[in-house]
Amino acid sequence: MKLNAKIPSGPIQDKWDHHRFSMKLVNPANKRKHKVIVVGTGLAGASASASMAELGYQVETFCFQDSPRRAHSIAAQGGINAAKNYQNDGDSIWRLFYDTVKGGDYRSREANVYRLAQVSVNIIDQCVAQGVPFARDYSGLLDNRSFGGAQVSRTFYAKGQTGQQLLIGAYQALSRQIHAKNVRMHPRTEMLDLIIVDGKARGIVVRDLVSGSISSHMADAVVLASGGYSNAFYLSTNAMGCNVTATWRAHRKGAGFANPCYTQIHPTCIPVAGEHQSKLTLMSESLRNDGRIWVPKKKGDTRKASDIPESERDYYLERRYPSFGNLVPRDVASRAAKERCDAGYGVGPSGLGVYLDFAQSIDRLGQEAIEARYGNLFDMYQKITGENPYQSPMRIFPAPHYTMGGLWVDYNLMSNVEGLFVIGEANFSDHGANRLGASALMQGLADGYFVLPYTIGDYLAQSDLEKVSEDHAEIRKAEQETSDRIKKLLYTKGSRSVDSFHRELGRLMWDACGMSRTQSGLKEALKKIPEIEENFWNQVSVTGSEGSMNQNLEKAGRVADFFEFGKIMLHDALAREESCGGHFREEHQTSEGEAKRDDENFSHVSVWEYTGANQTPVMHKENLEFEYVKPTQRSYK
Amino acid sequence: MKIHLKVWRQSGPNQKGRLEDLEVKDVSPDSSFLEMLDVVNEGLEERGKEPIVFDHDCREGICGACSLNINGVPHGPDRQTTTCQLHMRSFKDGDTIVVEPFRARAFPVIKDLMVDRSAFDRIIQAGGYVSVSTGGVPDANGLPVAKDDADEAFENAACIGCGACVATCKNASASLFVSAKLSHLRLLPQGKVEAKTRVLNMTQQMEEEGFGACTNTGDCEAVCPKGIAMKNISSMNVDLIKSLLQS
Ligand SMILES: Cc1cc2nc3c(=O)[nH]c(=O)nc-3n(C[C@H](O)[C@H](O)[C@H](O)COP(=O)(O)OP(=O)(O)OC[C@H]3O[C@@H](n4cnc5c(N)ncnc54)[C@H](O)[C@@H]3O)c2cc1C
Ligand code: FES
Repeated sequence: MKLNAKIPSGPIQDKWDHHRFSMKLVNPANKRKHKVIVVGTGLAGASASASMAELGYQVETFCFQDSPRRAHSIAAQGGINAAKNYQNDGDSIWRLFYDTVKGGDYRSREANVYRLAQVSVNIIDQCVAQGVPFARDYSGLLDNRSFGGAQVSRTFYAKGQTGQQLLIGAYQALSRQIHAKNVRMHPRTEMLDLIIVDGKARGIVVRDLVSGSISSHMADAVVLASGGYSNAFYLSTNAMGCNVTATWRAHRKGAGFANPCYTQIHPTCIPVAGEHQSKLTLMSESLRNDGRIWVPKKKGDTRKASDIPESERDYYLERRYPSFGNLVPRDVASRAAKERCDAGYGVGPSGLGVYLDFAQSIDRLGQEAIEARYGNLFDMYQKITGENPYQSPMRIFPAPHYTMGGLWVDYNLMSNVEGLFVIGEANFSDHGANRLGASALMQGLADGYFVLPYTIGDYLAQSDLEKVSEDHAEIRKAEQETSDRIKKLLYTKGSRSVDSFHRELGRLMWDACGMSRTQSGLKEALKKIPEIEENFWNQVSVTGSEGSMNQNLEKAGRVADFFEFGKIMLHDALAREESCGGHFREEHQTSEGEAKRDDENFSHVSVWEYTGANQTPVMHKENLEFEYVKPTQRSYK
Repeated sequence: MKIHLKVWRQSGPNQKGRLEDLEVKDVSPDSSFLEMLDVVNEGLEERGKEPIVFDHDCREGICGACSLNINGVPHGPDRQTTTCQLHMRSFKDGDTIVVEPFRARAFPVIKDLMVDRSAFDRIIQAGGYVSVSTGGVPDANGLPVAKDDADEAFENAACIGCGACVATCKNASASLFVSAKLSHLRLLPQGKVEAKTRVLNMTQQMEEEGFGACTNTGDCEAVCPKGIAMKNISSMNVDLIKSLLQS
């Protein structure tokens, strides 16, 4: 596997400009002759599809939901970062760049992160022009809030529904192009394989989820914008349909998977309530602006929160990290919560919870102000738990939320497979080992609006792309394999539900590869997965037929891929003998329990190559150079 | 809790449907309505039967995928609550619950409780946007927007496109959905420019999709999980008349 990051030369602040200038352009008249496939209609996929169609390319876009507007991005709550410095509090492109590299625990690629910070400012302009109703102050200008890992206020928001508003903006831009017949939209259609012809990504195999029919779509390039894989843990804050199939199938066809063990456990989610829980709900990080996190000072204290006097409360984040306090980055906040709960100070029926308390802010600002800022989140909390968070503190606990790992891409967002581009959460590029809050929306839109539309043009202008005949052997083969797999699932006729297997896998992954990891735990899990996987293929019950709407079958296919994928997560976590960001190996910590990096040996991206079913994957390395932000022990004290 | 379910089962768009009786035992009051259905489905799968098909994704009340008529009411008994956020504590032990798909001519049933709402997408495609392309736009703070306008635009933009307004309306009108989008964009200077053509194009598409006319019964506002207000419909009608007179 050849990994050439193709980082342009020159000073970091000029790289993107120079690169754009040196790119080959596709003649406007020729753009119409190029077809691009986009899998996904979240922020990344919708913005990319719309922007490429506006430029004149023919675009075919796919999503598994019934409408592109329902992609998982819709659920993002808190906000989107941009280095606008509207608050005049010392923000700049450099500072956003610096915060992101540091927040990622020095495991991201400097050049990509710098570009992200640069284009962040264009994103806000673009969204406002589309009619995204961001929060404004009484002057009519845009308002900002703070997020973890930053000491400036650079987060733009629309109540607790920022993802919804940004996605509707992108969806509307996409709808305009569908109307203009520049985009052909295929909702309720799932990509099940990638087609590679002469070493280049040229198409995908899909299943029409309504009719069940399998078909292929061919193009000059394929863009995956299929989101993250947090549902490998079964319970996560992701939507129920989020899955790893698109990227995993591409990986099986040769695309390197980078840093699969970098997963983000979000500190503020509603704790698990019972066995039949199907997903976990995030309470946006923005709440940490006004909420204070604490546990009782006494172990196993069962008093009501309001009966515990101030002097008997441990505001452990403020105690341990006085300069960032409640706004430490997510990985730090999550581990600190786990530490308190493991030590026996947790609250709630399961003891797996800490308080997020708004009493002081409500006293200071009034309930109305808190309602205006977070009303929908408070409502959501009350609906789920039946408790009123205006009266008693919220109970929260960390939950799987975001995946920094993803398919490896170069500076142009192209994977090692030519013609296969990967954008949004599906790639690995910008967040290193830990993503800062409000930066995923920024990255998805940066990739889709402002990076990919240029870089894909450079690829198309330079590549010799002959038309692939409809009965090409690779197409037939990929279709055959897809339908064989479906038949295998349907013929198993076992008696265990798909969900029961997903739960079993998820619990295993959470215990072995969740908030903290050990060599022995990882090795043990690597032994167990194949056993559960074998049971899955022998005992799973997939009912119904292949030729009709069959949600049971859809789920089974996704869970089957999670089994295969889970193994490279474990291999990756095992190989990375250090702690960094969201990857915490218990063997590697400082005396104060902080993550201990090993820059000498692990300042690299781990890129895994598929070598066959049940074969140990092979790891390749992309070394990371830090010219501008010198790695130091991350400190938020 | 013990629940008697009567669930609509229909194997395809052109097949006849019927209500199927199912007993559900040991339902936790803390589980959501959809989690209760998950348990039913797991039981069906274990017995080699086809699970009940229904749309859902985020389970946080924001994607608009979930639907369901629950005891005749879109999204069930709780106000401003989507089906996915409805919890079993809203029901009593021993209750009988009738679960049917959203019903409207423009929303044909695909299977069981799943319907086709792509008509909504086509209405947006007909004009529910600001016609800007990527790049070349002014600075975001170049154009101040009065806070009240921005807030009201936001409230209308909060529509999740679930279709409850259509499902509850005796005329199956999409007026609340369409007017919310029109208000969202009209209230902002960026969207105002195209307001006149937008209202014509979107309402025309709404008619073509087979949605009925609005007779101001107000049921839509009552079931809207996001609290979108009826007054948008009157604004839409005023704008429509103005645009028709001018064109
Ligand atoms: C609850 C929650 C809150 C969040 N809040 C914030 C926040 O405040 N700020 C922030 O910056 N980030 C936030 N995030 C993270 C952020 O929302 C996501 O990382 C981001 O939206 C991902 O966008 P995307 O376009 O890459 O993918 P998604 O939005 O996940 O879209 C994936 C798309 O791919 C399609 N797809 C997937 N697989 C297939 C397939 N096989 N075939 C066809 N289509 C397929 C899906 O249909 C979908 O359209 C939050 C995440 C969660 C879970
Ligand atoms: S499942 Fe998303 S709104 Fe109900």
